[in-house]
Amino acid sequence: MDWNFIIFSIVKIAIVVGVVQGLVAYSVLAERKISAWIQDRVGPNRTAPPFMKFIPGGQFLTRLGIFQPLADGLKFMFKEDFTPAGVKKIYFFLAPAVSVIPAMLTVAVIPFGSNIGAQKMVIADLNVGILYTFGIVSMGVYGIVLAGYAANSKYPMFGGIRSSAQMISYEISMGMSVIPVLLIVGNLNLGQIISWQSTHGWMVVYAPISFIIFMVASFAETNRTPFDLPEAETELVGGYHTEYGSMKFALFFLAEYSNMVSSSAMMVTLFFGGWTLPFWGLDHAAISLGMGIAQIFVFLAKMLFFMVVFIWVRWMFPRFRYDQLMDLGWRRFLPLALVNILITAVWLWLRS
Amino acid sequence: MAVVVNRKSLTFWEKLYLPAIVGGLKVTLKHAYNTLILRKVVTMEYPEQKWTLPTGYRGAPYLVKDQEGNTKCVSCQLCEFVCPPKAIRITPPGEHGQKADRTNAEKMPAEFEINMLRCIFCGFCQEVCPEEAIFLQQDYSLTALSRSELIYNKEKLLSLGGEVGGIQKWKLKFDEAKAQENFPVKL
Repeated sequence: MDWNFIIFSIVKIAIVVGVVQGLVAYSVLAERKISAWIQDRVGPNRTAPPFMKFIPGGQFLTRLGIFQPLADGLKFMFKEDFTPAGVKKIYFFLAPAVSVIPAMLTVAVIPFGSNIGAQKMVIADLNVGILYTFGIVSMGVYGIVLAGYAANSKYPMFGGIRSSAQMISYEISMGMSVIPVLLIVGNLNLGQIISWQSTHGWMVVYAPISFIIFMVASFAETNRTPFDLPEAETELVGGYHTEYGSMKFALFFLAEYSNMVSSSAMMVTLFFGGWTLPFWGLDHAAISLGMGIAQIFVFLAKMLFFMVVFIWVRWMFPRFRYDQLMDLGWRRFLPLALVNILITAVWLWLRS
Repeated sequence: MAVVVNRKSLTFWEKLYLPAIVGGLKVTLKHAYNTLILRKVVTMEYPEQKWTLPTGYRGAPYLVKDQEGNTKCVSCQLCEFVCPPKAIRITPPGEHGQKADRTNAEKMPAEFEINMLRCIFCGFCQEVCPEEAIFLQQDYSLTALSRSELIYNKEKLLSLGGEVGGIQKWKLKFDEAKAQENFPVKL
């Protein structure tokens, strides 16, 4: 037994899960604030513990809504956990867990920094990192389909069916879009992909079409607008989570936002150089403690940028119609991705 | 008759969705800039900021005093009678009750209660009052921790109502009566 490895892994898992949960909570706040700004409103600005008004700067934090996620979380915890009559109990209880576990698992292979001391800043340095991610992400659909099926109600059923079709379709384009990246780098290990990018420049320059397809597909995978047909508040009441309440609903919420976190992280890792920056000497693995921490923050900053893009897009575009969605997935992106693979392969062949 | 609407087919550039995406970015950015930098927010943050109410706004009805601090109400009970939701309850002073706090007024109410939970702010009481003793004023957010707190008694109504001047009928009569004491009458 390698105790060192076990202890460090547990510490890293605890920190990463904590950070992801915190990011989820605060991305909900960001969602509400950004939507408010785009719609000429103010957003949440009242919630605060009572002593906050005596602390200098507390008023400003309250205006920003910093304490809103705490209140939201507490509300979810203390709400009555209601199970409607007529649901299929086992699946009803299983579905939130099935949807939240893959969402949390995806972060395991993402290198969120180079190294601090001798420790690599990645939970599991898999040689098949990308394959692992795709495998886990495709499990996310089960949660939603199960939820739709278990609710024993029409609208959740529609939501579940829609999501199964949508997520499976877009997974194909997503997988296809990453292949040029793998062709260029010649490695499936996410850490290797980042170190390739640190010497050759960001991947988005080499495979821009891949990036566009990957980004759109990840919007579809995370059920965000313009592809939020499984939820579709205006048509399906709430889609697959209509019958859920309190903490079980919160788990779906958590899953959606941690999917956002992990797809942002994937985009940063695959196309935007991960934890590297081309200047200030941050383009190679850390040699000092400060540098290692700086690289973690570089990664977080890049990731937060994509989170904001995710949120921003939600308040920018209307939802696609179902046939448009399928058309875009199968007749536009899939051929485009295939052509992209071909062109990249030919280009690499001619160069070698 | 069926009409065929000729829809213009999209150009290749438009089919790429790119112009729409750029347009969306522009619109949302403009709005975010307006709210964040220029502070053009449409939200009115209610307890701190309030509407300026127009004159003649019909808020909660309160009893008023005249310019000399007298209770104007003479307990005629017309408002109690006219009140559609029966929100007003007046207890008259009775035969041996308290006299009015001014000469030449007949009486004043021993108790005057308005149940603000029932009141519909219709203004009939103000309209019917012969003494101009009750006015709908500018209060619209009445809050309390219990229902009984929202039944306002005479004291509270008078203190909230404040002073509204205007004609003083009783004073006119008082002067008339005084003038008639010596002959010839001079007013």
